[in-house]
Amino acid sequence: MNNNLKFIKGLTPTNLSVNTNAQKNASNVLDTTDLPTTRTEAWKYTRVAKIGKIDFTNEATTVTSIKGKKVIDSPYTLVFVNGRFSEELSAKSFPEGVTVTPLSTLEGITTQEEFEGDIFGALNLAYLNDGLHITITKNKVVDEPIQVIHLLKGDAQLSNFKVQIDAEDFSKATVVQGFFSEDSNNSFVNYTSDIQVGVNTYFTMEKIQDEEAGNFHIGTDTVTQDKDSTFTINTITLNGTLVRNNLNIAVNGENCTTNLNGGYLLKEKQHVDNHTVVDHKVPNCNSNELYKGVMNENSTAVFNGKVFVRQDAQKINAFQSNRNVLLSDNATVNSKPELEIYADDVKCSHGSTTGQLDDEAVYYLRARGLSKSAAAQLLVSAFIAEVIAEVENEDVKSYIYKRLNERFGWDINPEDFG
Amino acid sequence: MITIKNLHANIEDKAILKGLNLEVKAGEVHAIMGPNGAGKSTLASILAGKEDYEITEGSVDFDGEDLLEMETEERAREGLFLAFQYPVEIPGVSNINFLRTAINEKREHKGEDPISAKDFMALVREKSKLVELDAKLASRSVNEGFSGGEKKRNEIFQMAMLEPKLAILDETDSGLDIDALRIVANGVNTLKSDDNATIVITHYQRLLDYIVPDFVHVLYDGRIVKSGPKELALELEEKGYDWIKEELVEA
Repeated sequence: MNNNLKFIKGLTPTNLSVNTNAQKNASNVLDTTDLPTTRTEAWKYTRVAKIGKIDFTNEATTVTSIKGKKVIDSPYTLVFVNGRFSEELSAKSFPEGVTVTPLSTLEGITTQEEFEGDIFGALNLAYLNDGLHITITKNKVVDEPIQVIHLLKGDAQLSNFKVQIDAEDFSKATVVQGFFSEDSNNSFVNYTSDIQVGVNTYFTMEKIQDEEAGNFHIGTDTVTQDKDSTFTINTITLNGTLVRNNLNIAVNGENCTTNLNGGYLLKEKQHVDNHTVVDHKVPNCNSNELYKGVMNENSTAVFNGKVFVRQDAQKINAFQSNRNVLLSDNATVNSKPELEIYADDVKCSHGSTTGQLDDEAVYYLRARGLSKSAAAQLLVSAFIAEVIAEVENEDVKSYIYKRLNERFGWDINPEDFG
Repeated sequence: MITIKNLHANIEDKAILKGLNLEVKAGEVHAIMGPNGAGKSTLASILAGKEDYEITEGSVDFDGEDLLEMETEERAREGLFLAFQYPVEIPGVSNINFLRTAINEKREHKGEDPISAKDFMALVREKSKLVELDAKLASRSVNEGFSGGEKKRNEIFQMAMLEPKLAILDETDSGLDIDALRIVANGVNTLKSDDNATIVITHYQRLLDYIVPDFVHVLYDGRIVKSGPKELALELEEKGYDWIKEELVEA
């Protein structure tokens, strides 16, 4: 029995149709692995010990309305409360070419079987509450985004949740995921995804993380790209006390484009950790990574971005950048961009900057009559607008700007920043 | 308009201004010349409100108010404008957006309503024409990727938009070719009226062929050591500053 995750004894093992081998491996990891500490390289700057001290449960909670807990107005919205599918609140029909199935109704869920000591991945599978499988049918172009809402409800709830997306060859679609909570404290979303991007497929994921302060979010997106495909993921973190995002992208086919962008705007004691891996295994691909953060008060951000360029992966263009603005003396950023290149004919760059607002720019704006705070707002808006501009869906962008106004009083007109 | 009395200022304990006196009245153009390191740009920065300097003595009266007690932005809203020697590049902030904010802050300060989008755009068109600034530049990020001449024209464009009472041009002519110089000077001359005043800080007499000053002052070692009519600039151009230094030694 695991001594670190005492809450496990209060949970019910998954009743979903997960293959027994995976289940066995998962419970093996849970039996033999401790929660990571800061001595573990991948968790050096993120402490999760508190998670082990909470008596999580998972309650079926009926919610009659999601009210404002949504990113966009979409007729194709699916709602999960504490990891459980809410049939009443979810769309019944989807655009042509889109098949959506809750995992709880699937016979035989195909997923990873090895966890390599990943305790959160093992926990997710062994105690999987529910999730969904989305198939975008071959050749189908779906203009309307599909929205998935994850709602935490109540205190000390643990939601183990999985999203599986199969974007078949020559298809095009966007999935918007919104993570929210209502009247929650010490609750924890433990999320995983398996995303397959087919040949010549365009797939975009917009992730908006907006759980209330006091809650935890640990997630791993696992993506594989076939040849000639374009995969874009934008992760915008607006709230939550501890957020850890693992993003693992295997670029398996040639002539792929991979865009991974992230924005985090933090205050109070928020802690957000983005760990990304792009693995270029084959030649002639491009990857573009831009993560930007604005740090207020006592917040902390961690960025660890790895780009592998394997020996046979010639003619790779890989760009990676992490930039942060500190608005407080008490905010912290730990940034580690990494390139591991084994090929010899590639164009790669990486960089990381963390600093305060440019004093000269603030002075220049004040000399034109802007107050200190108006000058700072203008500079911060311009800084973060670059990454928000990567969000393709205008309604998602509006949601982000609305929340920045509510949380920080930044009244940003997106049109001013292109 | 502005009266500077016995102004002393230090930067990191080093005295830069050592008892500077200057009075500028509405409707006047004053030129301040002087060798490198005399304190010309320091004077401009202090008047605009840059915080790196320590004022140890003296006073500055701006239209009846104590200028040194005002924050940088208050001075701007009260009608003081500094055309920067080195305009700052601000990536991502559009010129237009920031100018609209600046104009509205000034209007709010005066108790006026914000400018309408239509009036604002009309103003942008009119004033950008004045300094022959491409409308595309007007809407780009502030000074980002602008040539030296474009940056200086952008300063005068902003000045035209904000219609200051007192404009201080800090070496606006440095690095400009003759065409750009004419454009900048033409902008300044067009904006000139009986109600506003201009202080032109320059190294070169050339600018003063285009912006004709009422008075020329020589700033040397932190003080104004000589003042005269516009002909003084020609004399300085011809003879340099050494004769003034000699005069000072003799005195």
